[in-house]
Amino acid sequence: MIKKRIIPCLDVKEGRVVKGVNFVGLRDVGDPVELAARYNQEGADELVFLDISKTQDGHDLMIDVIRETAKTLFIPLTIGGGISSIDDIRQLLNAGADKVSINSAAIRNPELIREASEVFGSQCICVAVDVKYDEAEDDYFIHTHGGSKKTDIRAFDWIVQCEALGAGELLITSMDHDGVKQGFDIAFLKQANKMVDIPIIASGGAGSPEHFTKLFRQTEVSAGLAASIFHNREVEIKDLKETLQNAEIEVRTT
Amino acid sequence: MIGIIDYSLGNIQNIKNALEKLGYEYILSSKYEDLAECEAILLPGVGHFGNAMETITRLGIREDLLKLAETKRFIGICLGMQLLFEESEEGNARGLGLLTGSITRMETPHPVPHLGWNTLESPSPVLDGKDVYFVHSFMATGTDTTIATAEYGVTVPAVVKKGNIIGIQFHPEKSGDIGVEILKQAIEGGI
Repeated sequence: MIKKRIIPCLDVKEGRVVKGVNFVGLRDVGDPVELAARYNQEGADELVFLDISKTQDGHDLMIDVIRETAKTLFIPLTIGGGISSIDDIRQLLNAGADKVSINSAAIRNPELIREASEVFGSQCICVAVDVKYDEAEDDYFIHTHGGSKKTDIRAFDWIVQCEALGAGELLITSMDHDGVKQGFDIAFLKQANKMVDIPIIASGGAGSPEHFTKLFRQTEVSAGLAASIFHNREVEIKDLKETLQNAEIEVRTT
Repeated sequence: MIGIIDYSLGNIQNIKNALEKLGYEYILSSKYEDLAECEAILLPGVGHFGNAMETITRLGIREDLLKLAETKRFIGICLGMQLLFEESEEGNARGLGLLTGSITRMETPHPVPHLGWNTLESPSPVLDGKDVYFVHSFMATGTDTTIATAEYGVTVPAVVKKGNIIGIQFHPEKSGDIGVEILKQAIEGGI
């Protein structure tokens, strides 16, 4: 059967990993290609690069990062951040990306999902969604701009629409859990699993290997994603996989 | 020298990267005279079976491919593997017919495409127990050439082989260091 995936996420700005890396005296850890190599070595099943450059130069450097990474690593690479057109996607795939993740552009123009999946195939189109619970409305809503801006789109409606438009995968970040390290948003993810058949990557809240065990035991999601806890070695991917194996959750072995 | 069949189908950058990592020289070509110089031929491909065969016919390379497959190690990857068979439901098209069997849509209780890391079962120690990366919705059926399978609610032929002809359903170029090693063994005749 298909293995549950462990995915480190690297935020890249102007060609350097910028967030969640708090090492003193380890300068090279900010180099995305080197960090990617480390994760490959440790058994990561896939890597997500999130390009948070605001400049064209920054985006061009991202293309170099993908090219360099793809030359040495042979695991799936997903690239997100600032993707708004078919041309953007083509450029990233040609550089060596296997999937792209679209966020704000899909909300502005949902047809981009359909068009992209028709041109490149659903399997390489992932839609990233940032969701947050609204107490007054007792429902989850889509947020944009790194989670800071609330939209009036209901999260469950949106993910169903994404699947219907041809998305091949969803990367769901729970804003309420992100950075808190108290575990994934099990309630939301369970419900999301009931609404769509496409694979879900869960993000937001991972603080320990046990959080991943709980995620895979209590939901049907395909993958768990985290950033800082991997970057600063709070959780080692090798140990994490061992914990999962001991819990009889099938993971890839290398 | 490795010859990669150039018929503009799908992204082959990662296959080139894997060959470079392994230290092979390669050319990308659709010309028989170039490919005839090579020791092994790779037929890559991602996308639609019907479109792929149409392109092969339009480029007029079908007969060339069959001739190359007579003598050279001939390796189809992903859609390239499926093209080795007689026919496919995807686009109701005829394939190269190098292997007996056909390509049909996967029938499984699990979501299709079969996407992600799955484990190989095989009598070959190079393949058995290895976790590799799959992305596909169609699979080979009715073939006696299967040498490795993966379980996905249905037994999926993952590697097929008949003499010098090898088909790999998963993406060795995306299956980590293990995948790159499998590609090497396929080229060297180790599987």
